[in-house]
Amino acid sequence: MWVKQISIFLENKSGRLASVCRILADNDINIRALSIADTSDFGILRLIVNQPEKAYQVLKEQGFTVSETDVVAVEIPDAPGGLAQVLEILAQKEINIEYLYAFVSKSAGNALVMLKVEDLESAVEVLTQNGIRVPSTGEIYRI
Amino acid sequence: MIWDTTETLPREEIRRLQLERLKKVVRRVYNKVPFYRKQFEKYSIKPSDIKTLEDIAKLPFTTKDDLRENYPYGLFAVPLDKLVRIHASSGTTGLPTVVGYTKKDLHTWSDLVARIVVQAGVTSRDVVQICFTYGLFTGGFGLHYGLERVGATVVPASSGNTKRQIQLMKDFHTSVLVSTPSYALYIAEVAEEMGVNPRELGLRVGLFGSEPWSEAMREELQKRWGLLATDNYGMSELIGPGVAGECERQNGLHISEDHFLAEIINPKTGEPLPPGSKGELVITTLTKEGLPLLRYRTRDLTSIDESPCLCGRTTARLARISGRTDDMLIIRGVNIFPSQVEEVLSEIKGVGPEYLIVVDRKDYLDQLEIQVELASDYFTGKYRDLEDLEATVKSKLQSVLNVTPRVKLVEYKSLERTAGKAKRVIDRRKERK
Repeated sequence: MWVKQISIFLENKSGRLASVCRILADNDINIRALSIADTSDFGILRLIVNQPEKAYQVLKEQGFTVSETDVVAVEIPDAPGGLAQVLEILAQKEINIEYLYAFVSKSAGNALVMLKVEDLESAVEVLTQNGIRVPSTGEIYRI
Repeated sequence: MIWDTTETLPREEIRRLQLERLKKVVRRVYNKVPFYRKQFEKYSIKPSDIKTLEDIAKLPFTTKDDLRENYPYGLFAVPLDKLVRIHASSGTTGLPTVVGYTKKDLHTWSDLVARIVVQAGVTSRDVVQICFTYGLFTGGFGLHYGLERVGATVVPASSGNTKRQIQLMKDFHTSVLVSTPSYALYIAEVAEEMGVNPRELGLRVGLFGSEPWSEAMREELQKRWGLLATDNYGMSELIGPGVAGECERQNGLHISEDHFLAEIINPKTGEPLPPGSKGELVITTLTKEGLPLLRYRTRDLTSIDESPCLCGRTTARLARISGRTDDMLIIRGVNIFPSQVEEVLSEIKGVGPEYLIVVDRKDYLDQLEIQVELASDYFTGKYRDLEDLEATVKSKLQSVLNVTPRVKLVEYKSLERTAGKAKRVIDRRKERK
């Protein structure tokens, strides 16, 4: 259920993002979802890839500052109100979201978002109790 | 071990020897160097006015500018045919300063370097890799001859080609490293990248010099290399390396006082300061033949401790150089030394050890930016942690510097590592005027 997310510290310098993507490409690693948060000086690139361990390894070897974090993928109906419904369930239980971002591809009729909260376990529990599907780890990497 | 018995003379003996030699060098430059003759006349001083060591305060200073204005040979006290060697400073900030050695000067130099090498614990059984540039720079040759005098096996590797340096260390069983402290740190990083643990290379002693460094950097070097990191001091104008060096107690740099007379002055007024005070180091060479200098302004900030050292030497000790009067930055009227920034950064987990100070001026106001590397082990992937780290660095720097800097976290290994003296400051204010 947990999905390994790779975070990369990037200075705001042209070509840094491109070189991350090039390294992944050269190692035959496919990006599933991504998000970038940035200030004027630096950014954090967050990636879901099909081979997280390998991605972590090769980026580290190339001198990038990398860390791994567990996140969950949540399946939501691809219709108005889909995301709102999920967020309301979490809000009711006072589960605070650190960040979330959308998946690149869709699974049949549904959208996918990557979700990071402090307590992943209770988030997954409350979501599944409320009929929200949380795809398995393998499913995400295979997409 | 102590190389030379003069290192343990009673204080009054040292002072007697210094006075005798001071009188002699003053007479010599008065008679042999037109520049000094003119200076003496300008200040109405005669060599016979020097009756005690304290009388040295009557003499005018010699500065780097004096050397430049008399480029190349104007201050030499012997004719060219008596000189057997020339060295020069890099001259990045103007004309190079040129120094000349007689045969006897070279002999003295090797002997002085032998002292600092031996007091750091190096013996004839050591294999010493010298990663200083050989050439006009005095570092390479100075250490080279001193180490040979001691009987150590010298590997004149020079600087650069770091992977090869590591290979040499492995193959030759190097036990002592001679380099700048920043290059030693860089070699350790490269070794780790190659999958070599620096500690397993078996180095015992590091003789580091030619740029200011901090106590924190020493700890880092000792930890990464598993060696005893010692500091030594010199400058080409004075002779090169060999003016002062640390013993194994690592408690100040023993000055070879029978060859150098050290004073501490107030850099602004030129007034001599009482013993123990911090100020600019001024040195008179007592025995040099080729280029004797009276009261040379080193621009280095330090203090002198005359109390006895546990190692048995009686020579006075210089405190670690805490900065240079000329790398002092004045930002919004506040004096700032790069060494202060280094000290603060070294105490914060998650950043360093490399840093860059960028000074600029916007809307007539000085801006101070400190770039520092995020240590890769401390990256959690959380935005908040990075913000907290920046805020910590900023507030700690602010409390020490009394100026609010902008802190910029940069990627690990993105700041320049060099084989020579590290460039720590970029001052863009000059371009804007």
